[in-house]
Amino acid sequence: MTFSDFATLLPEVALVVWASALLLVDLWIPKARKGWAAFLAVLGLALTFGFAVAQGGGAGAGFHGMVVSDGFATFLEALLALSGALGVLLAYDYLKRQGMVRGEYYTLLLFSVAGMMLMAKAADLMVIFLALELLSIPLYVLTAFARPREVGEEAALKYFLLGAFAAAFFVYGIALVYGATQSTQIAGIAAAVDTGRANLALLALGGGLLLVGLGFKVAAVPFHMWTPDVYEGAPSPLTSFMAVGAKVAGFAALLRVLVLAFPTLGSRLAPIVWALALLTMVVGNLAALAQQNIKRMLAYSSIAHAGYMLVAVVAFADAKAAPAAVAAVLFYLLAYAVTNFGAWAVVVAVEHAEGEGLNIADYAGLGRKHPWLALAMTVFMLSFAGIPPTVGFVGKFYLFRAALDAGYVGLAIVGVLASVVSVYYYMRVVTTMYMRAGEAEARGDAWLNLGVALTALATVFLGIVVAPVFQWAVRAVLKL
Amino acid sequence: MDFLMNPLNLMTFFPLVGVAAILLIPRERKDAIRWVAVITSLVSFFVSLWMLALFHAKNPGFQMVYDRLWLQAGGFEIHYALGVDGLSILLVLLTTLLTPISIFSAWTAIEDRVKEFAIAFLIMEVGMLGVFLALDLFTFFVFWEFSLVPMYFIIGIWGGPRRTYSAIKFMLYTMVGSVLMLLAILWLGLSQGTFYLPDLLAKGVHLPLHLQAWLFLAFALAFAIKVPMWPLHSWLPDAHVEAPTAGSVILAGVLLKMGTYGFLRFNLSLFPEASVKFAVPIAVLAIIGILYGAMVAYAQKDFKKLVAYTSVSHLGFVMLGLFALNPMGIAGGILQMINHGISTGALFLIVGIIYERTHTRDLSAFGGLWKIMPIYGAFSLVVALSSMGLPGLNGFIGEFTILMGAFQSPVLGPAFAISAALGIVLAAVYILVMLQKVFLGPAKEKNLGLPDLNWREITVLAVLTVFIFWIGLHPAPFFNLMMPAVEKMAHGLQAAALAMH
Repeated sequence: MTFSDFATLLPEVALVVWASALLLVDLWIPKARKGWAAFLAVLGLALTFGFAVAQGGGAGAGFHGMVVSDGFATFLEALLALSGALGVLLAYDYLKRQGMVRGEYYTLLLFSVAGMMLMAKAADLMVIFLALELLSIPLYVLTAFARPREVGEEAALKYFLLGAFAAAFFVYGIALVYGATQSTQIAGIAAAVDTGRANLALLALGGGLLLVGLGFKVAAVPFHMWTPDVYEGAPSPLTSFMAVGAKVAGFAALLRVLVLAFPTLGSRLAPIVWALALLTMVVGNLAALAQQNIKRMLAYSSIAHAGYMLVAVVAFADAKAAPAAVAAVLFYLLAYAVTNFGAWAVVVAVEHAEGEGLNIADYAGLGRKHPWLALAMTVFMLSFAGIPPTVGFVGKFYLFRAALDAGYVGLAIVGVLASVVSVYYYMRVVTTMYMRAGEAEARGDAWLNLGVALTALATVFLGIVVAPVFQWAVRAVLKL
Repeated sequence: MDFLMNPLNLMTFFPLVGVAAILLIPRERKDAIRWVAVITSLVSFFVSLWMLALFHAKNPGFQMVYDRLWLQAGGFEIHYALGVDGLSILLVLLTTLLTPISIFSAWTAIEDRVKEFAIAFLIMEVGMLGVFLALDLFTFFVFWEFSLVPMYFIIGIWGGPRRTYSAIKFMLYTMVGSVLMLLAILWLGLSQGTFYLPDLLAKGVHLPLHLQAWLFLAFALAFAIKVPMWPLHSWLPDAHVEAPTAGSVILAGVLLKMGTYGFLRFNLSLFPEASVKFAVPIAVLAIIGILYGAMVAYAQKDFKKLVAYTSVSHLGFVMLGLFALNPMGIAGGILQMINHGISTGALFLIVGIIYERTHTRDLSAFGGLWKIMPIYGAFSLVVALSSMGLPGLNGFIGEFTILMGAFQSPVLGPAFAISAALGIVLAAVYILVMLQKVFLGPAKEKNLGLPDLNWREITVLAVLTVFIFWIGLHPAPFFNLMMPAVEKMAHGLQAAALAMH
C-alpha cells in the first residue's frame, strides 16, 4: 500500500474524511443553524467533484488492480457528486418543514455517495461488494429518517431485508466466480477465460447470481418488488437521491463486470439480460399506468428507465457495439439523473406536512396557481416520456441506437412501444396540472426552486446541445 | 448571426421571440398578448415571402440550405439542417399564412388563459415549419415529435367537453406510429452512415427490397396515422370536434399535411422501389378513405364532425395523387394539400363563427341563415363549393389533376381514377345537403337576431377566399414553383418502376 494507491482513490478518500469530520462538526452546530451542515456537505461534494475531474481518469490502477481510475469512473463520479449536491438541495427545506432536522442526514448521504463512487472505480468483485454495502447501509438508515412515521420504518425494514438477501446472492456469485477462475479481479477473470482455465458453466452460474445482486440495486424486474414501497415510504428528497445514486452505481458495476469480465459468456448471459430488459420495460410501464400516488408512479417509472438502459446493456458481448452501448448508458444515466431530480423536486414542493399532497389528483390546478413549477414539471414529464427537445429523447435515441447496432431489433421495438405506454401516465400528470380544476398547493424555499430551475434548464439545454456531453461519455468507454 | 441571416432559420425561430415577449406581458392585458402573437406570426409570414423571393423555381434541388454538424459521436453524424425545395415551399407558405389567421380568428373565442394560448400557437408554428424544412432525419424527427406537444395543450385546455380524452388520444395515436419511424430512421442512419437527406438522396438507399419494404412501412405507419388514412383515422373526429376553432384550422390545415408531406419527402424519395411495390395497396386505402369519409360525412348531424370527415375524404385524394407516382399525380397531390388547407381551414372557421354565436353545432338547429347573415352565407357558399370541387375554384384544379395523374399512372390506372371520381359526386351530395340545412329553408326563431360577420371575421375569410379564386382561375404560378422538383422525383420513381417490371 503506497501513497499512489490512495491517490487513485483521492475523491473517495476525501469524501469519507470530510463526511467523518462533518459528523463531529455537526455536534457543535446548533439545531437552528443546520443549514451549515447542508452547506458543508455541498462543499465536500464540490471538493470531491473537483478532485474527480482533476484526476480525469489518469491515475490508473491502485491496490494491486482492485480499483481503477479511468474515464468511465470519472464520468460517474462527477455525476454522483452532482447528484449528492442536488439531494442536499432538495432535502434542506423539506427536513425543516417535516420537523426532522438532524445533521446526520447529510453525513449519511455523503457516506452513501462515497460508496457509489467506489463502485464506479471498483475493478474487483470484493471491492464491488464493499462499495455495495457502503452505499446501501446509509440508505437503509436514511429511509427510516422520518421516524416515527410507520411507512418509513416499514420501507426501511423491507429495503434492508431484501437488500441483505440480494447481497447474499452477490457474495455467493463471487464465490462461484472465484471457484471457476481462481480470481475475484475483473482482469483476472478475463484472463482466466481467455486462457481457457475457467470452468465456463460455473462462471456463467456465478455471473447470473451477480446479475441478481446488481439487478436488485438497479430495480430490474423481477427484483424490483421493494422499489415502490421504499420509494413511497422514504422521505421524498431521499427517494430522489436513491433513485439516481443507486441506479448509477448499480449500472457502473453491471457494465464493468459484464463488458470486461464476461464478454465471452455473451451467448449464455446476453439472453438473460435480454429477458431482464424486456420484463423490466414492460412491467415497469404497465404497473406505472395504474398508480394514483405520484411517488409510486415515479418508482415504477424508474423501474421502466432501468429497463431502457438494460436494452443497451444487452449489447455488452458485441465487441463492435459495446463501446457505443456503454456511452449510451452513461449518457442516459445523466439524462435520467437530471430529469429525475427535477421531477422529485416538484414532488417535494407540492408535498405538505405528514405526507399529504402526494396523489396525482393533488396536482390539479397547478398550471394556474404555480405556472413556472407546472411548466418545469411538464418539461420533466416530456423528458421522461422521451419527447424532444429534451435530454430524455436524446438519451433514448442513443440507447435504441446501440440496441439496433448490435442487432436487437425486436427488443428496440418493444422498448419504443413501451415508451409510448409511458406517454400516457406521464401526460396524465400534465393533464391534471393544466386541464383539471383544483387548488394545488406548492411551497418551497429558494434552494428548492433553484433546484427545479437548474434541472429544467439542463433538461432542455442538454436536449439541444448534446455533442460535448456525449463526447465525454464516448471517451469514458471501458478498457481493461 | 450567420444562423439568423438564413430566412429559413429566421422564419422558424422568430415565433420564439414572440413567446419571450408574451412571457413578459401581464396576463390581464389580453389584447396586448393577442397583438404580439399576431404580429410575431406575421413577421414569420413576411420572412417566408422573402424566402419566396429568393427561391429559384427552376432549380429542382434544395435551396437556402443551412447545414451544421449538430453532434458527432461514436462514428455517426447528426446534422441540424434546413432547406426548402419545390415540394415543401408551398406548405411552408401555407403554414405561415394559416398561423396568423388562426390566431386572429381566436380573438374573442379564447378568453381564458390567453397567454398560454398564444404561446402554444407560436411554439406550434416552430414545430410545423421545422417539419417542412428539415433536411436531416434526426432534425425532422425532433420537430415532428415536438409539434405534438403544443397541439396536445391546445386541444386539452381550450377544447370541448371531452377535451382531455381527445388530447391524449391524439398524442398516443401519433406516438405509436412515430416511435417505429424513429427506429426506422435509426436503422437507416446506421446502415447508410448518415442521417442527412441530401446525402441519402445523392447516394440512393441501396438495400434489398424486403428491408426497403420494412423501412417503408415503418415510415408509412407514422405518416398514415397523421394523414389520417383509413382505417387509422379514428383519432381525427375526436380531436377535431373537441379542439377550439383555431386549433382545428391548424390541425386540418397544416398538421395533417405533415403526414402527406412525409410520404412525399421520405417514402417516395428514399424508397422508390418499395413505393412502386406498395402503390396499389396504398391507393386502394386512399380510395376507401375517399368514399368512406364522404359517406360518413353525409351521415353527420354535427356541423364540425361533418367537416372533420371531409378531411378523411380529401386527404384520400392527396394520397391517391402522390401514389400515382407520375408528375401529374404528385403535383396534383401537393396542390390539393394546399387547397385542403385553405378550404377546410375556412370551413372550420365558418363552423366556429356560427358556434360562437349560437353555442351549438347541431345542423338541425340552423336553417335559413342566408337571410339573417348574408355575408356569412356568401363566404360559406364559396368555401363549400371550393371544397366540393366546383370548376373555377381551387378544389377542382387539385382533384382534376389528381384524377388525370391516376388515370395515366404507370402503376394505377383508369379504374382508380373512376372510383375516386365517385368521391366527387358524393362530395357534391354532402356539401349541398349541408348548405341546404344551414342556409336554406325557414329560419329558426331563436336565430333571427344573429349578427352578421364583423370586420375581423371578414378579413380572415376574405384572405382565404382570394386564394380559393386565385388557385381556381390561375394555378400556373403555384405549379411553376413545384414542377421541377416534382419532375425530378417522378423521374426517379419511374426509373424504379421500369427496373422492377
